[in-house]
Amino acid sequence: MTRGVIAFLAMAMAFMVLQSCDGGKGATRVPKRGAGTPAYGDAIVVGSIGEPSTLLPVLATDSASGDISNLVYNGLVRYDKDLKLEGDLAEQWDISPDGLTITFHLRRGVKWHDGVDFTSRDVLYTYRVTIDPKTPTAYADAFKQVIKAEAPDDYTFRVSYAKPFAPALESWGMSVLPAHLLEGKDITKSPLARKPVGTGPYIFREWVAGQRVILESNPKYYEGRPYVGRFIYKIVPDSSTMYMELKAGGIDQMGISPIQYQRQTGTADFTSKFNKYRYPASQYTYLAYNLRNPLFSDKRVRQALTSAINKDEIIHGVLLGMGQIAHGPYKPGTWAYNPRIRDFDYNPERARALLAEAGWREKNSDGILVKDGKPFQFTILTNQGNDQRLKSAVIIQYRLKAIGIEVKIRVIEWASFLSQFIDKGNFDAVLLGWTITPDPDIFDIWHSSKTGPKEFNFIHYKNPEVDRLLVQGRSTFDMSERRRCYYRLQEILAEDQPYTFLYVPDALPVVSARFRGIKPAPAGIGYNFIKWYVPKEEQVY
Amino acid sequence: MIAYLAKRILLLIPLMLGITLITFAVVHLAPGEPVEMQISMNPKVTAEARERLKKFYGLDKPLHVQYAVWVKKLAMLDFGRSFAPDNRPVIDKIRERIPITLSLNIISLVIEFGLAIPIGILAAIRRDTLFDKGMTVFVFIGFAVPTFWLALLLMYLFGVKLGWLPVSGLHSLGSEAYGSLRWLLDMAKHLLIPVSVAAFGSLAGLSRYMRSTMLDVIRQDYITTARAKGLPERTVIFRHALRNALLPVITLLGLSVPGLIGGSVIFETIFAIPGMGQLFYGGVMARDYPLVMGILVIGAGLTLIGNLLADLGYAFADPRIRHGQGS
Repeated sequence: MTRGVIAFLAMAMAFMVLQSCDGGKGATRVPKRGAGTPAYGDAIVVGSIGEPSTLLPVLATDSASGDISNLVYNGLVRYDKDLKLEGDLAEQWDISPDGLTITFHLRRGVKWHDGVDFTSRDVLYTYRVTIDPKTPTAYADAFKQVIKAEAPDDYTFRVSYAKPFAPALESWGMSVLPAHLLEGKDITKSPLARKPVGTGPYIFREWVAGQRVILESNPKYYEGRPYVGRFIYKIVPDSSTMYMELKAGGIDQMGISPIQYQRQTGTADFTSKFNKYRYPASQYTYLAYNLRNPLFSDKRVRQALTSAINKDEIIHGVLLGMGQIAHGPYKPGTWAYNPRIRDFDYNPERARALLAEAGWREKNSDGILVKDGKPFQFTILTNQGNDQRLKSAVIIQYRLKAIGIEVKIRVIEWASFLSQFIDKGNFDAVLLGWTITPDPDIFDIWHSSKTGPKEFNFIHYKNPEVDRLLVQGRSTFDMSERRRCYYRLQEILAEDQPYTFLYVPDALPVVSARFRGIKPAPAGIGYNFIKWYVPKEEQVY
Repeated sequence: MIAYLAKRILLLIPLMLGITLITFAVVHLAPGEPVEMQISMNPKVTAEARERLKKFYGLDKPLHVQYAVWVKKLAMLDFGRSFAPDNRPVIDKIRERIPITLSLNIISLVIEFGLAIPIGILAAIRRDTLFDKGMTVFVFIGFAVPTFWLALLLMYLFGVKLGWLPVSGLHSLGSEAYGSLRWLLDMAKHLLIPVSVAAFGSLAGLSRYMRSTMLDVIRQDYITTARAKGLPERTVIFRHALRNALLPVITLLGLSVPGLIGGSVIFETIFAIPGMGQLFYGGVMARDYPLVMGILVIGAGLTLIGNLLADLGYAFADPRIRHGQGS
């Protein structure tokens, strides 16, 4: 079988070489083969480093489980290609004028994979099992804001809140579970964890432990049958091996590294077999300062540090240019992102001036700034296993040395990193990353009430205006008002510099060129997976 | 003999208990908690959800209570349920991986012994010839080359460039539908590179050992006698020398038995082979206490049983041990 694939790809390649001679060099994103006619069938093999832990989404926290669950289940709402909420199992919804009640009108005629009708009973069950104290779930909090949930009829579901809570809507994107299979049973021991039944575009077929998960297209899916017949999730724990599998034709889709994107995938052979995509990932990397450390309590010092760091250089050195500068906590191009924000660009002169203003004037014999007899030195902590973060730290170390600040770098295994350093507030500065969620509510990271042990404002940032904006931003559904709050929030963060926001890396997926219909959008490429297809003559599985 | 056996078996009980205590202590001494690892700085998870998870796993109880609960279950051969979100019984997780690791290790071991012993013998009888020196260089290259690097090179050559062999995994897609012969052939193709790399890396120790014991034996007087009798060289080597030279090698074989269920993490990760090494490593990184402790206890148990069998074997073969201990 594998040999067949290779032979086929070799033929396709020969064909492509001929074609590209007269076709010239196009941009890598444009599919170089003709569009072909959409056809049902074939399979896609997607490579994954990790194995899913459980296919009951309410219990899972890992991304591999999410990859599968997203194809097997639906939520009431979901994010569309522009990261705006749209109806999924809920055809539409109404929010009461006071913002306290949301009524979902559910889609009719949707069936579970075992043929049973989907109704509001399933939604009510999902809500109840999530808030049940016996369910070991990480997702109960948004649902706990609900004071009343009811299902007046089979296709209406209504929830009420004590106060308007904007992230509530997003929380109903949670996968809806089949009540008829789970109600009255212990969810932690349910066989559905390894054999899920959902309403989604793909039906679970097989899970070979440690090797692969196989899904099959759902011919009765409410949005129509997906073109690609099978979805095969292949577990390859080593990224170099996965890349070789890709080149050998054993895998059709994986995410690659900047160096692979820039240096190893430019050959005619590769570009004829695969399409590369590039768009900003939903995450940013930052350097956070422990604000309880007197070293960083002065805003001017933090502004100086940001001015001394050359973010462009980090992006070029670490990401080979495959990313963009972060000025704040949102993804460029999304609705909450304030495009006018520019924080402190690279300017060592300004850095020196700001430090002098803050009292760091003298230098000792090693050329390190001294104030009150103490040299300016601190340690950047980062977690083990993330090469990009470590390299960024090294570049920062070099730049800060130039203005007279001595930086040490320590790399620590993740579990110890959290328990010994973050939780105890035992650090000077940390280099980490946050995921950027489609909903801009970042209360948990920046609100001054979130500085307790194991909470996420671990740098102890406290700004009354930020607190007010965070509360205001989450308590209205009015998009323009929310945008105003978050725009202002970004201005304050850019001025205060509690973090030095470093970069937003690019996501770099590669997909076999036989798949057509892929349309990159702000949400990435996966949002229209059910519309991807392989023309009949190119199908291999 | 029976008294000796009974004594040995009785001694196993406190030993096993000690092992569980040490295992439990070591696993819990590592910083970090399973709940932390699952949540891993997701801002959507509040302290309350964290407490809920802790309670679910019984991590809110004091350590000695946790230990007592675990040992009590263990006494009834219940290894508990994994702390991973799937919450499956630990024994199921181990059971689905042991056959893979075991068969892979046995195949590697057979190849390793099958190659190393002849290499050692030939190197000994042709001592200081080109063959001997060439083999020394060859096995030490195997010893010195990093396994993962060699593995990646071979995968690139045979998997990507030539396309003769699959790159990773155990089976091709759709292999479920194959007939048993084709299925076996498919699996053999998948295993060719991993097994060769594993065997190549471990040839050195065994073949050098075989060579030196063989050299010792060849110098013995009875070999000179055998030659003086006019026996053909072949008979001298294989009938008289080899039998004695093999004895210490058999001890080595015995020692490698407990290692059969242990897998190598690097190796399994590179070849995407879902074996025990990966399971254990993943368990440690996620602080999945029941899984880690389960694997350690099973490993310790097998080692103890292996030692017991080896001692019994010695006792059976050597009356001095039997009587010295028994009386």
